[in-house]
Amino acid sequence: MAKKTVKMRIDSERCKGCVLCVGVCPVKALEVSSEVNERGVQPVILKHPEKCTGCGLCALMCPDCAIEIDEGEGEG
Amino acid sequence: MAKKFAKPRSMKDVATHYCPGCGHGLIHRLVCEVIDELGVREDTIAIAPVGCAVLAYDYWDFDTMEAAHGRTPAVATAVKRVHPDKLVFTYQGDGDLAAIGTAEIIHTGSRGENLSVIFVNNGVYGMTGGQMAPTTLLGQTTATSLFTRRAEKEGFPLKVLEMMAVLPGVVYLERTSVHSPKEILNAKRAIKKSFQTQLDKKGFSMVEIVSPCPTYWGLSPVKSMERIEKEVVKEYPLGVVKDVGLVSS
Amino acid sequence: MKTKYLSTGNEACGEGAVRAGCRFYAGYPITPQNELTAYMSRRMEEENGVFIQAESELAAISMVHGASAAGARAMTSSSSPGISLKQEGISYMAGCELPAVIINVMRGGPGLGNISPAQSDYFQATKGGGHGDYRLPVLAPASVQEMFDFTYKAFELADKYRNPVMILADGMLGQMMEPLEFDGDIKPPAEVEKPWAMTGAKGREARSVKSLFLGDNALEKHNEKLQEKYRRIVEAETRCETYKTEDAEMILVAYGTVSRTARACVDRLAQKGVKAGLIRPITLWPFPYGEISRLAKKGLKFLVVEMSAGQMVEDVRLAVQDDERVFFHGRTGGGIPEKEAIVSMVEKVV
Repeated sequence: MAKKTVKMRIDSERCKGCVLCVGVCPVKALEVSSEVNERGVQPVILKHPEKCTGCGLCALMCPDCAIEIDEGEGEG
Repeated sequence: MAKKFAKPRSMKDVATHYCPGCGHGLIHRLVCEVIDELGVREDTIAIAPVGCAVLAYDYWDFDTMEAAHGRTPAVATAVKRVHPDKLVFTYQGDGDLAAIGTAEIIHTGSRGENLSVIFVNNGVYGMTGGQMAPTTLLGQTTATSLFTRRAEKEGFPLKVLEMMAVLPGVVYLERTSVHSPKEILNAKRAIKKSFQTQLDKKGFSMVEIVSPCPTYWGLSPVKSMERIEKEVVKEYPLGVVKDVGLVSS
Repeated sequence: MKTKYLSTGNEACGEGAVRAGCRFYAGYPITPQNELTAYMSRRMEEENGVFIQAESELAAISMVHGASAAGARAMTSSSSPGISLKQEGISYMAGCELPAVIINVMRGGPGLGNISPAQSDYFQATKGGGHGDYRLPVLAPASVQEMFDFTYKAFELADKYRNPVMILADGMLGQMMEPLEFDGDIKPPAEVEKPWAMTGAKGREARSVKSLFLGDNALEKHNEKLQEKYRRIVEAETRCETYKTEDAEMILVAYGTVSRTARACVDRLAQKGVKAGLIRPITLWPFPYGEISRLAKKGLKFLVVEMSAGQMVEDVRLAVQDDERVFFHGRTGGGIPEKEAIVSMVEKVV
């Protein structure tokens, strides 16, 4: 079975830094960035992309639709 | 690459004005996901409240109108009577529904109007600066209950769903929350059931969604979710309050 | 083919609405307009329309707001205290530019007052009882026939200008019976396009019907648009009726049922050799300032007669611009001005 590839993106401008996603990530792949976005907020970033399984709990928890997850067969 | 998770089609691609961690953002998305799944975006008419969510029409990509504060169910009643084949729902906060609009919500339920109500219970008046609401918990400090809410002076938190349950015209009532992925999925299921109840012409249904207001609870978004789990649900227990069993799921 | 009926004013008003295509009515019991609510509960059923007796006047006006936003011709009726409760809703409808018809069958006030006829809501109706700079065309019928005709006309005006329209009647006019005549197959005013209505965004952009404008000077622009509309209404819709005003020495000014008494006084005075005339404002807003000031330029005196402590008299003073020449006779609390009192006042003053 081809390896499932996952692409998770956080829109760092849309993110308001509420950090609700960080706590629900089962593999602790998310962290608050030290940078500041246009909004003057430290957005959450996918610190450990290799850990992300694309489970979507973070996207579920995001009040601002800032997280998108793509999934596909073979090379991502 | 297939899209596994993305902004629902019924949601406009704009940033919202809601505070970081506000439950409205989540609930707006759940409503839109349900509307997408039911394929009714083009047949939906929503009535927004006066409150933080008054700007819902900036975020929803379906017909949405305003109502005077508290009169949302009356406006929805008329819209549904004029367009019985459209999906009509109100989206109201606790001030709009449980304070100034108490008569309207009770009589809309009592008439058994075939429409859905999304009732966001975040325990305060957000738009106006965090005042006490009918749903403020005993012991909770707000802009107008500075010495905490005391039963002997400020009375008791109001349980609208439990009051509505005795009305024969009301067929489905459930209280849900958004304080965890599990609860979010459950809230979505309840919203979908309420909309399906309406599409099946079964009568009045209402989903209460306990929601965080980090700004006026004076807590971080994460702590606000914890507060719901530890405190709010004690006063406002989650679960089905009434279901006359007309709809599957 | 015209048919003649014997009808109360309230029921004539209801039928005028039905014939104008009103298919949504929400009301609440209050004397002296109950016959209208009862009548609509039957007629809406017969015409496959919607009738709702709401839980309060607050809900009733919001239901009319919703029905109108959904594209239906909608109406509500009440009496003075109930109309006070509807003011916020009326302001919202003016702000959202929603067409609808609101009937006020006035009763004695203030407060609970009584159920006798009165005209003490003139200010509320014409100067805006709700918040914000808005205007409402206000028509004042003086007969059961006009209760039918003006209500029909109100729906036409409401759609033409996308604005709520008010009928200002009184308890006497509402509950008395008179002949009513209208063409059996009268058609409703032509439908108008409603590209703003809430119908579901099928094959079009989503719409919103709202009166909230938060952007910088967005509300100001919106108000300018509303004021432009009100100027057009003043221009095109101001109406009054004159009776023997051309060679009169003195002009009576009265509207609604009181104008009928005033008219009888003009005839009575003629018998006594006193040349009096009558101006009867039909639109209370827009008020017929022009017609009054035209007559005022002849140096005439005016006697304003109202069932109130004096409200329309202020608009007459504005038109005449000479307090010396404007006199007032009124009765409050449901009192009805009597012919003898008016005639003797004219004789004293002319």
